Amino acid sequence: MELLCPAGNLPALKIAIDNGADAVYIGLKDDTNARHFAGLNFNDGKLAKAADYVHQRGKKLHVAINTFAHAGGEERWKKAVDNAVAIGTDALIIADLGVLDYAATKYPDIERHVSVQASTTNLEAIKFFKNNFDVGRVVLPRVLSVQQVRQLAKNSPVPLEVFAFGSLCIMAEGRCYLSSYMTGESPNTVGACSPAKYVRWQETEQGLESRLNNVLIDRYQADENAGYPTLCKGRFDVDGDVYHALEEPTSLNTLELVPELMAMGIVSVKIEGRQRSPAYVEQVAKTWRMALDRCKQDPDNFTVEGEWMQTLANLSEGSQTTLGAYHRKWQ
Amino acid sequence: MKFSLGPNMFFWPKTDIEQFYQQAKQSNADIIYLGETVCSKRRELKAKDWLALGREIAQETNKQIVISTMTLLESPAEIVTLKKLCDNGDLLVEANDLSAVQIMHDLNMPFVVGPAINCYNLSTLKVLLKQGMMRWLMPVELSGDWLKTILTQASDENIRDQFECEVFSWGYLPLAYSARCFTARSEDRPKDDCQYCCINYPQGRKMNSREGEQVFVLNGIQTMSAYQYNLINEVTQLADMGVDIVRISSDSEQAFTQLDKFKLQLQTPTKHLLDTQNECNGFWYKIAGMSVA
Repeated sequence: MELLCPAGNLPALKIAIDNGADAVYIGLKDDTNARHFAGLNFNDGKLAKAADYVHQRGKKLHVAINTFAHAGGEERWKKAVDNAVAIGTDALIIADLGVLDYAATKYPDIERHVSVQASTTNLEAIKFFKNNFDVGRVVLPRVLSVQQVRQLAKNSPVPLEVFAFGSLCIMAEGRCYLSSYMTGESPNTVGACSPAKYVRWQETEQGLESRLNNVLIDRYQADENAGYPTLCKGRFDVDGDVYHALEEPTSLNTLELVPELMAMGIVSVKIEGRQRSPAYVEQVAKTWRMALDRCKQDPDNFTVEGEWMQTLANLSEGSQTTLGAYHRKWQ
Repeated sequence: MKFSLGPNMFFWPKTDIEQFYQQAKQSNADIIYLGETVCSKRRELKAKDWLALGREIAQETNKQIVISTMTLLESPAEIVTLKKLCDNGDLLVEANDLSAVQIMHDLNMPFVVGPAINCYNLSTLKVLLKQGMMRWLMPVELSGDWLKTILTQASDENIRDQFECEVFSWGYLPLAYSARCFTARSEDRPKDDCQYCCINYPQGRKMNSREGEQVFVLNGIQTMSAYQYNLINEVTQLADMGVDIVRISSDSEQAFTQLDKFKLQLQTPTKHLLDTQNECNGFWYKIAGMSVA
């Protein structure tokens, strides 16, 4: 089972590889990827350096081209595919059917992975991608329970990758317009959820307030940790009850599922967080490397070390982690 | 231009559903979409009941009936039901997930591509045409300009006559889908013990900011807009762009009034002032969806 780590820049990529990643995924410096943030991602020169660093060490590079091509702007997405192929990417992670079609036709020998943004949650949808674009892998959205993942793994004609750790998207990825409803910009169209330019912080008499495009997302008391106002993780009012109506600020952590995922034949576990620091990448890669190696050696006696959990919790939103949808009760 | 009633996305008791569609029969709609698109646990009408209801309306009226299918399908049992609906023999099907596209393609039957399928550009549209798409409704977050670009490109490539174009024009917008049931969560229950509580909220549950601003509607595993989308002032523009069908969502009996209003608007356009506390049209103008341009 491959450990697939995120990198938003060259230092993070090197650290990921040096700390045990089998493969790293990155994005280009434009809106063709779903972490289109200022100061992040790879231009053409850096892209080539990234490929060299990874390949010299016998590891793999995946390039995420996982937003949806704009009407009239499709050339940008095709060019992203061309550039990634030119520097020798090992896999293209794609969400858009048109872009997949282009990649499959023009570069049939370059492996294509169905991005999580394509929201492929069942066998018939997997077959659709297999039949039409001969994809080599499907990344499953974070909406399935472990039982559902197992069922799919048993029957899927295509190897599966799952999310293992990182920020928890609680909606079926690629099918969430909450961000554009509030700001006009969504992961699908601009490659960012709850974009930073719409965020405003304000000290008030009632506490510290976070707003997204002027909508109050949360209000914190002095003893509370304030988190980034991702709109699905704020506190809202439902008929007089004020609570995290959609989700708490928390991160996904599936360490305890490692033996199960391995036994199912999941080919890759993905760490979220191309927008995070090299220090984050280092800690997560190191911890997950240890866990995967330990499990591989002796899956029957695998237990999660308290120290691993602590390290990962410290890197998480709200310093808490969850099994998310993998655990039926979360749903 | 034709007018359709989109699928009702809320969970109503069987008698209310039947009553709604009795009215729908008498309505101004040319096309009626019906079926469960949100949650497979909602079984006031089962697959066979939806098909029977659809056939009944088809026989008694000259309206076109389309069976709308689920958006987020996770279990093999859900796929079995989906196949039953797709392979129904006579009624047209709206695909809201690529699984339905795959099944319809295997059946060699034409289908409608609904709003939850990510078709953002001409290349994708062409992939779907090859699968058998005969009608396309774009993702609700896209703008008028975006649509116009794709329709113009389709004309330039001489494929515009291969599909009809429908636009979601009125009602609560379907915005997101999750594994989690937010209505059950609002009652402090897990999804597996939801007690079908959505049925107690025929218009979903409003989720407001702590300042009382209406933000979203919780509708089971679906999150909707808290404001109703309204493109009444854009009807003439839609017609000029070559949009074939205007969709009015079946939120409530209000849909019938809106159908009449939209039809009248096409004949005699008048400027309607939108209520910024309850209505929105931002997506069409590529600004925050909840705002009014």
